[in-house]
Amino acid sequence: MKPRVPIREQVFDVANTLLMLILVVITLYPFLYVLFASFSNPADLIQHRGLLLAPTGFSLESYKLVFENPMISIGYFNTLIYVVGGTALNLAMTSFAAYALSRRGVKLIGPVMFGIVFTMFFSGGLIPTYLNMKNLGLLDNRWAMILPSAISTWNLLVMRTSFASIPMALEESARIDGANDFKILFRIFIPVSLPIMAVMTLFYGVGHWNSYMDALIYLRTRDLYPLQLVLQEILITNSTDSMMSSVADVDKGLITETIKYATIIVATVPILLLYPFLQRYFVKGVMLGSIKE
Amino acid sequence: MKMQWSRNKYIYLMLLPVVVYYVVFMYLPMYGLQIAFKDFSPAKGIWGSAWVGFDHFKSFYESYYFWRLIRNTLLISLYELVFGFPAPVILALLLNEIRSRYFKNIVQSITYLPHFISVVVVSGMMIDFLSSDGIINQLTGLFGIQPLSFLILPEWFRSVYVSSGIWQGVGWGSIIYLAAISGIDPSLYEAAKSDGAGRFRQIWHITVPGIMPTIMIMLILRFGTLMAGGSMEKILLLYNSTTYETADVISTFVYRRGLLQMDYGFSAAIGLFNNILNFILLVAANKFSRKINNTSLW
Repeated sequence: MKPRVPIREQVFDVANTLLMLILVVITLYPFLYVLFASFSNPADLIQHRGLLLAPTGFSLESYKLVFENPMISIGYFNTLIYVVGGTALNLAMTSFAAYALSRRGVKLIGPVMFGIVFTMFFSGGLIPTYLNMKNLGLLDNRWAMILPSAISTWNLLVMRTSFASIPMALEESARIDGANDFKILFRIFIPVSLPIMAVMTLFYGVGHWNSYMDALIYLRTRDLYPLQLVLQEILITNSTDSMMSSVADVDKGLITETIKYATIIVATVPILLLYPFLQRYFVKGVMLGSIKE
Repeated sequence: MKMQWSRNKYIYLMLLPVVVYYVVFMYLPMYGLQIAFKDFSPAKGIWGSAWVGFDHFKSFYESYYFWRLIRNTLLISLYELVFGFPAPVILALLLNEIRSRYFKNIVQSITYLPHFISVVVVSGMMIDFLSSDGIINQLTGLFGIQPLSFLILPEWFRSVYVSSGIWQGVGWGSIIYLAAISGIDPSLYEAAKSDGAGRFRQIWHITVPGIMPTIMIMLILRFGTLMAGGSMEKILLLYNSTTYETADVISTFVYRRGLLQMDYGFSAAIGLFNNILNFILLVAANKFSRKINNTSLW
């Protein structure tokens, strides 16, 4: 006979499930609202009050305007460059650093490690960092989007922990066969750490995709803008006019809103498509970070 | 002796770009921090500018916005601590009590999602939803509540900032506690059950104590960021001159004064002041964490 579940526990289960459902709705609905609104007919949307459970009317006009906006394609293109180039540099630098710092009995490793960890506690701060970039001639330069974030110290520590747990035996046999440290890193360490490499690729890649502050501070030329900075102009400072040269004045006010929604969707879809993969690896990454030490 | 260097030459070769990176992008700015004590002019450069000692710090301390910035910075962090910190712990405890694995996975997948959305998109959505004719006001209007322009009302800024932060981060933040829960010995639950303990007693006497070390570490590390004052990026996107009264924190002030008004020396001094406070708090938190948990940031 199944043990009877006490009433108050049944109540708890029901309440808990309800609470989780509410949480799911609160989390998801803002995105659904944006999605529905982006496909809505602008004139209908302005009339509409309250929640949307489907687009009101149907129009692709705002998507058409978003795709016709040269800044969106420029932003997309630049962001792709920053994501691919930046992530490649991140992975190379982080694995070199993690490999070197996971070595035991090598001179100078200790002080270098201290110097690196110290930067997690103290930094020059915004202004000296900006002036430094200026002195280096990196202002308004594509490299400004890649070089200053070449290594995340936190990611470096996670990868180092993972490298340090690779059994010595693997490496020793390779060394006897005459492999040098580069070979050991590329032929042994990276292949056996593929899950952590995937986590790092995703951490860094999403970081570059969403990165906004560096662009805001260092870039002036609009041709270099990443997508997030273009988004800021459209969503925050409200400049949709450039997109609407073909739209009659009376309709401008109407379509401004739906353009914003369509822009959000266009800029977020890549992340949403990758999300199922992201989720698996990101979670792994958090775990690796937390079991460190 | 010599052998050490030649045997490890490739290791040093790998370390070279790394050291160059940290020196050029992390330590050069620290060297540049001396402009906090100088009357810096870009034409004269860091070396050529005249020393002014602690003048910048003094005029910052004496300015009318000093206490406002300190208060706003502390209060944003405190709000995040009081409301933002417990949220993921509670979510993890509740998620752990869901009997259906399938349902639990769905809830987890969905609540992690907002973490991946950029701060610009989240802020853009908030500005839209919270505007005077936005969806929030349309909904409260149904109950006869007058529309409020939340983002131009200083008294709403912290609530808006912190609650949207919880919306975006609660799922993601719960991962670490769920990991801690999965590490609890299942036999403890079996023993409790055979002693007749119900679910609430199991949560209270087994799950909560089981994740207490993790909670403590996260809490202590959080104390280390008390003077950080939230995320500068998000505040810059959400605030405006009508909400400076509550929204302007040290980092956003430094941004405006330094990068927009190009008052480099003065704003570098404020930044340094904030960094030193952060440093002291972080080191103290770390020391404390190592003492009670044997765990620290490194």
